[in-house]
Amino acid sequence: MNGTEARLARIRGRALAKTHNARTIAALASNPGCARRAIMDAAGVDKPRIAAHVGFPAPFGQSRFALARGNAFEAQVKAEGAAQLLTLLRERLNLPIPQAHYDDLAEVGGNPSLDLRHARTKALLARAVTSPGEAGTMFDHPLLRLAVGGRHAFLEPDLIAFQLRGRFHIVEVKSFAVIDGQADGDKVAAAAIQSAVYVLALRDALAEQHVPPEAVSHETILVCPKDFSNQPVATTLDVRKQLTVLRRQLARIARIDDLLDLLPDGLTFDLDPGGDGVPRRSPADLAAAIRQVEAAYVPECLSTCEMCYFCRDEARGCTAALGRAAREELGGVEHVATVLRLAGGAETPGVPGGTVAPGTARTPVTPDLAEAAELLRRAARLRAEASRAGAPRREAG
Amino acid sequence: MSTLTSLARAVAVATGTAQRTCTVRHVHVSARPLVFVPLALAGEAVAPLAAIVGDQPQAPALLVVAEPRDRDQRFAFAADLAAVVLRYIDGYLAEQEPTPGREPATRYADAPQLLVPNQAGITFTRLLGRSTRFRRTEGPYAVPPSVPLLGRWLTFFTERAESPSSSLMLAATDVLAAHWATGQSPVEDRNLGALLGWIDPPPGMSGAQAAAAAEDPVRCPPAGPATDPTFDNEVLDQRMLAVRAARLSGDGRAFQRAAAALTAALATQLEPTWALMWRAVALLRALPEGAHVAARWDGDKDAFTWHARHVADGGPPQPRRDGAVAAARRLASLERLHEMVAAQRAFDDPLVMAEHRLAGEAFAGRVVAAEPDRVVGAGARRVLRPRITVETGDVPPAEPGGTFTSPARPGQQARVVAVTAAGGRTRVVLELRGGMGRSLTPPPGSMPALGEFVSYAAFGDGWQPPPAFPAPEDTPWTHGGPPARYAPDDDDAREDWS
Repeated sequence: MNGTEARLARIRGRALAKTHNARTIAALASNPGCARRAIMDAAGVDKPRIAAHVGFPAPFGQSRFALARGNAFEAQVKAEGAAQLLTLLRERLNLPIPQAHYDDLAEVGGNPSLDLRHARTKALLARAVTSPGEAGTMFDHPLLRLAVGGRHAFLEPDLIAFQLRGRFHIVEVKSFAVIDGQADGDKVAAAAIQSAVYVLALRDALAEQHVPPEAVSHETILVCPKDFSNQPVATTLDVRKQLTVLRRQLARIARIDDLLDLLPDGLTFDLDPGGDGVPRRSPADLAAAIRQVEAAYVPECLSTCEMCYFCRDEARGCTAALGRAAREELGGVEHVATVLRLAGGAETPGVPGGTVAPGTARTPVTPDLAEAAELLRRAARLRAEASRAGAPRREAG
Repeated sequence: MSTLTSLARAVAVATGTAQRTCTVRHVHVSARPLVFVPLALAGEAVAPLAAIVGDQPQAPALLVVAEPRDRDQRFAFAADLAAVVLRYIDGYLAEQEPTPGREPATRYADAPQLLVPNQAGITFTRLLGRSTRFRRTEGPYAVPPSVPLLGRWLTFFTERAESPSSSLMLAATDVLAAHWATGQSPVEDRNLGALLGWIDPPPGMSGAQAAAAAEDPVRCPPAGPATDPTFDNEVLDQRMLAVRAARLSGDGRAFQRAAAALTAALATQLEPTWALMWRAVALLRALPEGAHVAARWDGDKDAFTWHARHVADGGPPQPRRDGAVAAARRLASLERLHEMVAAQRAFDDPLVMAEHRLAGEAFAGRVVAAEPDRVVGAGARRVLRPRITVETGDVPPAEPGGTFTSPARPGQQARVVAVTAAGGRTRVVLELRGGMGRSLTPPPGSMPALGEFVSYAAFGDGWQPPPAFPAPEDTPWTHGGPPARYAPDDDDAREDWS
């Protein structure tokens, strides 16, 4: 165990490490400036448990109906050596596949060791590329690895890497419906970025075997139920854009060592479980530890990160908590109290006496701030004037 | 969103209450809207689980599907819903009014209005419409005739909901968020309970506190169509299993009991939202209506009349996808309507106009000089061209030549003649034409008087004629050529249902 891993292990404490998956990497890439999330994910901290212990339980769960539907659809598509999938690839995508093998890489001779499975995945994938036959091969449950924040994260995709003539396609099975050729845009976007994570990880795995990245196609295949039925339908997704975004964001996630250097040595999120497993650490103490690591809260975190309610509470009074657009429109000023002071304090309608939070009154005036102040003053004046102009009409109506 | 709205959000944070971003209401609110709150089973494309629906706050109908994955039960639900919705629509098919000088010569005197909690409710309604409007009323899997008819009406409502000028179908969160700024982000404004908490907190609570309380799914269940996953896992699953077990056992009384327990559980998830919806209706009704809202509602009445007659004349259901010409026409119309509604909102509402003033698209100020009797030309060509000078602190027009319109006198054009600085402010000289009659003296009130506060916008509230499109049978080859004439075929009706 090297120094970094020892630090991360200390931060995690006695809890079992959580592993990354494509979803968490995609979420990380959507807010790469957040050191808190980067550290917690790198250390494999159990975020839902920590958030609940400090009094801010995560606002999301998954319905068992959704899980059951997802699993049933996936099982159906993959049944009998992925017979339905093969038909789809042949007919819908016009792939000339005379026949195909189906390899499940879920375990190696009953041994579920991650390293062993990863090694076997790499070896089989590389062999498939270097000595391709006419037959295609479908690999289910490959175990991949991706470097995130200077550390390797294992990925266990429930997907199939389909190999034909030395070229791989990522196949992702999702249970949201494609109705009249249209699906929910957010869900397709999420599926595309997850597929991109797998493409990247698969390219990494093959690169170690000296296979060039072109061996993994940037066209991934999305399999969804058609209309209101259980019939699968396949669509190709070009994930080049997502790959670029992901690569850039992963590079931007500061290397974890740099982040660790900024943190006190003794920092830990250990819950101090007693003999019965019940946490003994005081929530206030844990919250203080969490605050040592800086967060970059934006409202989008509410759908992607288990710590969101904690961070939102911490960001109260910041313009960022009102959304990226609002922050920009308020001239990029960080605190709501500063905004109102710049806008004219006492003259702002609805703010009695223009209350100003302590510590924000003496912000140094930079050219940017002066420009923001001018904009906010004009906005406040117009708002006051228009509200007055609207008042008599209100009574008339 | 604009700096003005964002500033209102900042004020809301500081005061703990939502701030008005409009002085008037910009949508029509019916005297008798149909409120529809659907719930869907998680994981399925469109599997109705339950719904609460009705046009009277005291008398909702609660519809429940014991096994949403069973196609027969889904269509039984659709038939129950059709009974409520079609009866409601029928109520608007009685009284007609003349439409002077237009074709057709009459239209229905009022139109129905469908209200759902949020955008996801509109999406669900659209898919429910799509899944029912092609059903066959004979042959295998036949459904009652009311089911495809319901599908056509739901499709009609959701298509109108895309139009920025229409109030036929509204999502409560969208409408409330367009009229108030809360101290939270637009993402959080999608939660109906939290949004109403900010706007209208219960006594003794701040808006921020009420919004925080509304985020607890036990206290304030989600407004659907997605249910609370914890409810699914801890309550719904068992109750659904109990109904299934009782049905298989053949014990009629046990089945009744299990079904009643399931209905009671779903009622706890729907009734709070039902109450929120009517609170939203009351809040919106309390706002005075914007001046252009009635004219836009007339457009809705036209659309309703057109569709009702199309259905009555035996016309086909809406196709699965628009043809090229229909799609282009629809897109162009949405763009025009978007601009028209934006302008009308500004003309109806000084707070909205203030956003345009901040953006430099409008200015306002007092009239400091006026030449009401200014006449140009000679002899028979003499025309009235009064001039006024407006002193404004806003961003003035960059240079002379532009044409502006004032909400107070939309029929009058004002051309910028000169722009001069006056201390920290600007004087704009405007030449007026139109809206002053034929004589060479403007009638009283037909032009701004000295000392009057006026605003002028770089846009008018006028209706723009639609661009010309080819007829569908002349669709160019670049767009796939003329489409086959649409007729619902067996393929539409025969699709699989799981």
